[in-house]
Amino acid sequence: MSIFRKKATAGDAAPPPPRRRLSPRAIFWQAALLVALAAIAAWLVMNARAALDARGMTSGLGFLFDQAQFSLGEAFFVFHPGETYLTAFAVGLGNTVMVSVVSIITASLLGTLVGLARLSRNGLASGLAQAYVYAFRNTPQLVQIVFWYSFFTLLPHARDSWSIGELIFASNRGVALPAPENGAVFAQAAAAGFVGFLVAWGVSILVERRRRRTGLRWKPLRLVQLALILAPALVVWAAAGAPADWSVPHLKGFNFKGGATLSPEFLAIYFGLSFYIAAYIAEIVRAGIGSVDFGQFEAANTIGLSKGDIYRRIVAPQALRVIIPPLAAQYVSLLKNSSLGVAIGYPDLFSISNTMLTYSGRTIEVLCIMAAVYLVMALAIGAVSNAANRYFAIPGRTS
Amino acid sequence: MSAAIGSYATIGKDAPRRPAPHGAGRLAQLKARYFATPGTSLLTIVLGLMTVWAVVSFVRWGIIDAVWYDPTAEACRTASGACWAVITEKYRVILLGTYPYDEQWRSALIIAIWVVWAVLTAFRLFPLRLRLAGWLAVFAVTLVLMRGGVFGLSYIGTDAWGGLPLTFLVFGGTIAFGIPLAILLALGRRSVFPVVRFVSIATIEGVRGIPLLVVLFFGTLILPLFLPPQLDVDKLVRAEIGMVIFFAAYAAEVIRGGLQAVADGQDEAAKALGMGYWLRMRKIVLPQAIAIAIPALFNDIIRAFKNTTYFAILGLFDVLGATKVALDDPAWVRYGLEGYLFVFLLYFLICSGLSLYGRSLEQDHARRTRRAEQ
Repeated sequence: MSIFRKKATAGDAAPPPPRRRLSPRAIFWQAALLVALAAIAAWLVMNARAALDARGMTSGLGFLFDQAQFSLGEAFFVFHPGETYLTAFAVGLGNTVMVSVVSIITASLLGTLVGLARLSRNGLASGLAQAYVYAFRNTPQLVQIVFWYSFFTLLPHARDSWSIGELIFASNRGVALPAPENGAVFAQAAAAGFVGFLVAWGVSILVERRRRRTGLRWKPLRLVQLALILAPALVVWAAAGAPADWSVPHLKGFNFKGGATLSPEFLAIYFGLSFYIAAYIAEIVRAGIGSVDFGQFEAANTIGLSKGDIYRRIVAPQALRVIIPPLAAQYVSLLKNSSLGVAIGYPDLFSISNTMLTYSGRTIEVLCIMAAVYLVMALAIGAVSNAANRYFAIPGRTS
Repeated sequence: MSAAIGSYATIGKDAPRRPAPHGAGRLAQLKARYFATPGTSLLTIVLGLMTVWAVVSFVRWGIIDAVWYDPTAEACRTASGACWAVITEKYRVILLGTYPYDEQWRSALIIAIWVVWAVLTAFRLFPLRLRLAGWLAVFAVTLVLMRGGVFGLSYIGTDAWGGLPLTFLVFGGTIAFGIPLAILLALGRRSVFPVVRFVSIATIEGVRGIPLLVVLFFGTLILPLFLPPQLDVDKLVRAEIGMVIFFAAYAAEVIRGGLQAVADGQDEAAKALGMGYWLRMRKIVLPQAIAIAIPALFNDIIRAFKNTTYFAILGLFDVLGATKVALDDPAWVRYGLEGYLFVFLLYFLICSGLSLYGRSLEQDHARRTRRAEQ
């Protein structure tokens, strides 16, 4: 046995290819390309310097700490006139990240649902899913966003708003929802619950490892996990005096008081991002499940797995390997397209930067910072997707 | 008596099993598709009711209660349905933009030429070379008609260009300049020269990591700062440069996928025949690579068409920008929904057409390779 293995590895390791010397011609062309690029860059920079001098403009990043005297629409984070440009960047970044995260979650759920519906044996479900994918993929995202914006701003006035059970009101001022009186406590409780969730996940990994080693199951695992998630959240909530009051929106004058309001700008960009990307995700999910060999379904069926278990234990792990790379590309695309918020006045990174470059006159600096921030976020999603792909990869298979 | 060992045949009382009730009449098929189990029956009924409700309310809003013609927007105010009068009133602005009224026949002619040649291309009535040459001619005629200044046509500046002709022009330019650039970037990424490889990778990955809007803003706001003042590039051209680079960065990756799918032996055989690099690429490798890449390339081409709407944000009057202008009219400002639905439908039709054409090219390619393999 060991002899065979040794032989195999010896045969596999081909001798390293001889290092190819670059021919003089290759060196010449590459050097020429480098010189040409450097010359163009130098020419551009000289032009820019001359242009800035001619306009009496200075350059540099010092303006970031200057006060900015503009105000912006409200979103997750609010910018107040008089704060610095750096704060404005942070507010824009926060709003971009928040709307992207919320939209990514919605688009993933909706896209998976539509993708599964397309595979459904029910003709009506698959037909409707296909119609959805056709309609939303074959039209520009910007048209969709502008359409949603005009839909939400053309809703009736607050006085004749549409309401669901006198709790949720939709009017041209946005959608007013009931919200906890003391939102901060609930946010902290949710954060504590999330920490508990991470701990519960770790516990399940440890238990699984023990099961593989010893074959022993730990029966109360699910209960313990539930407790681990709920307990910290409840403790935080109780420690703050267990606030249970809900604030319900009610009409006062021309607008709603109380509750929480989702602005038409947020709703338009949220719908526009989620519905468009969901159509693409549906196709990716469909292709991913389609890539799983039909024999896998049949085999799982034969050994008596339930339909849920077939999908959870057999199909999903194999489909995810096909799904993750294009899914990550769609997430990057969603993040980048959140810049379309500028078309309707949602204060995301792009639209705040757009305002900033008008007020500060530092076009080059503002645009470069913004581009760098988007690039870093896109690369981060790519890195996470690569890690997830490695996690789901089947050892020994290259693709 | 028993069957021979190893045989699956049953002997005796076991009657042969009846075949599954597949294809047993229309009704049984319908039942299998919509009412196979109680669960799926419930789904069919719920979805069916929702669909019927949606269709009925849309028909009531959009057709029965709708106002179709109303130059003053008076009837629209009292109607409970859609106000399509906004389209009948503003279709010229939406489709032709702010082009001078008396010269709008030129814009209409351009749309007609594009549609006719697109249909002729799609049905492949002429050989490929003639089709491509035709597109070059269409492009040249479009520019001459839009700009004027020759053949007795009055000159019209790019700031007045708009509507569908501008959308077509931007789209055509993006593809015409973008694909050659994409091929260069894809070849550069596979080059044996490290410098060329690095420059290509940096361009592709850098551009793919930032939003198209940022690329367009670089083109429109920063490019003029970096160019000498006497070199005044038109805003439309600067934005178009951004479109081309963005498209090329995405298409380059698709073409690289095609290049990787071409067997190494093809290139090596050509090399053994003594062909130089560019000749090999032009005659052997690229034709195969692009044929393989076409289905994926069409996704990018359709996206390029959808991305022409970004010009609306730059303050240029493509179809979406022109629609925004049309809906700024205070009399019609309340009928944005109808206006954007019309634009939605317009883009849907064009993109569906492009996607159908892409699929037919894919089938063509599949048929040809199958024949080649036989």
